[in-house]
Amino acid sequence: MSDIVIRTENLGKKYRLGERERYLALRDLLARAASAPVRLLSPRNLSSSNGNHKGNHKNGNRSHIWALHDTSLEIRRGEVVGLIGRNGAGKSTLLKILSRITKPTTGCAEIYGRVGSLLEVGTGFHPELTGSENIYLCGAILGMSKREIQQKFDEIVAFAEVEKFLSTPVKHYSSGMYVRLAFSVAAHLEPEILLVDEVLAVGDASFQKKCLGKMGQVSRAGRTILFVSHNVTAIKALCSRAVLMRDGTVAASGTVAEVVDHYLLGAVSDTSAKEWRDPAGAPGNENIRLSYVRIIPPPGKPVITIDTGAQVEIGFENSRENIYLGCTIYVTNSEGVVIFTSGHSISPEVNSRCGFYHVKGEITGHLLNAGRYSVDVVFGKDQRYVLLRADHVVSFDVENVARSSNMAIAPGVVRPRLSWSHSFQEESSLIGQPLSDQPVL
Amino acid sequence: MTNSAALELPAQVQVSSRQRITPPLGWMDLNLRELWSYRELLYFLVWRDLKVRYKQTAIGALWAILQPFLTMLVFSLFFGRLAHIPSNGLPHSVFYYSGLLAWLYSATALQHSTNTMVENQRVITKVYFPRLLLPVSTVASGLVDFAFGFVVFLGMLVYYRIEPGKAFFLMPLFLLLAVLTALGMGVWLSALNAIYRDVRYVVPFLIQFWMFASPVAYPSTLVPEQWRWLYGLNPMAGVVEGFRWSLTGHGQPPTVLLAVSAAMVLVLLAGGVIYFQKMEGTIADVL
Repeated sequence: MSDIVIRTENLGKKYRLGERERYLALRDLLARAASAPVRLLSPRNLSSSNGNHKGNHKNGNRSHIWALHDTSLEIRRGEVVGLIGRNGAGKSTLLKILSRITKPTTGCAEIYGRVGSLLEVGTGFHPELTGSENIYLCGAILGMSKREIQQKFDEIVAFAEVEKFLSTPVKHYSSGMYVRLAFSVAAHLEPEILLVDEVLAVGDASFQKKCLGKMGQVSRAGRTILFVSHNVTAIKALCSRAVLMRDGTVAASGTVAEVVDHYLLGAVSDTSAKEWRDPAGAPGNENIRLSYVRIIPPPGKPVITIDTGAQVEIGFENSRENIYLGCTIYVTNSEGVVIFTSGHSISPEVNSRCGFYHVKGEITGHLLNAGRYSVDVVFGKDQRYVLLRADHVVSFDVENVARSSNMAIAPGVVRPRLSWSHSFQEESSLIGQPLSDQPVL
Repeated sequence: MTNSAALELPAQVQVSSRQRITPPLGWMDLNLRELWSYRELLYFLVWRDLKVRYKQTAIGALWAILQPFLTMLVFSLFFGRLAHIPSNGLPHSVFYYSGLLAWLYSATALQHSTNTMVENQRVITKVYFPRLLLPVSTVASGLVDFAFGFVVFLGMLVYYRIEPGKAFFLMPLFLLLAVLTALGMGVWLSALNAIYRDVRYVVPFLIQFWMFASPVAYPSTLVPEQWRWLYGLNPMAGVVEGFRWSLTGHGQPPTVLLAVSAAMVLVLLAGGVIYFQKMEGTIADVL
């Protein structure tokens, strides 16, 4: 055996569509049992009308989705591997399989060594229990033995900076304290292989830095880390190798710099308006099919600038009747950071209709800084379940405009116009000047 | 920076285990060795249940005593005084309390374990451990309440000057049977409830009907002799009757009933564990 610690071969995971949408209620089962004779007579009929049900996935491939497929990967001991990719690329599914939360549908994986997985901060925390009780509970759930926890107890407490609140139920903690304690327990887990899912995106900046430092330490101790993120900065800071996931499989693997470039360039569509004449080629599924997505300058304006903002136009065909349908856009900058999401509730009355919808929105001016942005469109049901997610359908540029005489692009992710004012006095006489008279904003 | 770090491997990092992850294998995935290796987590889960159960209650564990006690009072009044249901020559309170002790333990454990998978949804979808620990821990933590109730029962024996006899020492055996019954049903229902949330609405009814199908409020001698074996198909029949017999020494040892019940429990438990194991691999997807 070489020093490969994780090896996956053709790993795949199939989800039935709608599986996460709702749990099966007994009435579905009864309905299915009742329609069984009919189904025997006309199996094809049923697979289309009743496609999200359990027994039908053999009938056609429209009723399921491969969240992960043909994924073969090898990770050596001591490597810190960053797993990047868009939402829905299969990163988290892969991590879930490797951490044994769910089983794969096909293929197999071999793991040599004790695995610790951090898919969430505060797994197993119970709000009613005190800080110290939760350290034990959470530690045990993450796979530490009682002795291990006892040994590291003081260290965990010191790292989280919650000494004074150890006997307070964590439900009374501030969210910062909660997260610090939760991360601290997790950070002291010392498995040979650590699987981490974006848990660093928590806490304040200084604590995040501390966490990164701690992860760095862990990797220097010769442990293997598989780190999922779409935070390119964190991957660059931590990892020695990166793997890019796309559409449920490995798209690239290599040095961090190469893969990150690949990731940032490859996925982005370079037109700001798209139309699909042929529905078969359009992004969509049995719920929703896109007809067009346009990000255009407001009427009378030639280009989108930081002042003008932009108009959003989305056209799609809906096939789900009488649901609460919503449409949301995700705007992502060239670093892969989601700048904002915004959406429109199309049928909050649960009365959506089959047919074509045209949604219009406005990205206000004085919001985005100059740069290139990519847009994902997500359609949801009940503001909870995803019906369709189309990543990077279009992208658009926001042009800089000179403010004062300076043409340079101001740093910053957003470019808001805030109101400022000032006052002036010839003599310094702060005494007698009540503070409240000063304009605050 | 990280590359060089990878080179200075300390020698003590050793491979302690090898894990092979494959698609669900089918019916027999049960890994008892693994289950055993997680015994410490089981301890913590039971400990959590106990800690949380009576947090922010004014009288705390006193509830563990009050529940069977108050039920016993109601039963004595209605079934005993008013309906004149025979009680094997025992004082009504002792008769009902001994039955309720076993019954309430099983019913409560059953109810809690039905919900355990759903209640622990967040943990299940975020970290791996043998899921079987969850129903096992709820069934185990109920034993503490049982112990409180049992102490009260000992007090009652003293008060009524009842000498239980040698069968008293068989009690752990019947308790074990109660535990296995609760576990058998709990394993089934927790897995089913994870998929069909209807189960949690069914369970309160199930428990109610089940109680009347078990000799809690009446002695099993009310059931005609030739049907006793059929009656035993309800595992709780054997458990409750056995409990009462061993604790009070009154009545006949329920041999036929017990044999049938014990066999039923094993079938129930084995079936439950197999079903649970089958579900376990993908339960995180349906929760």
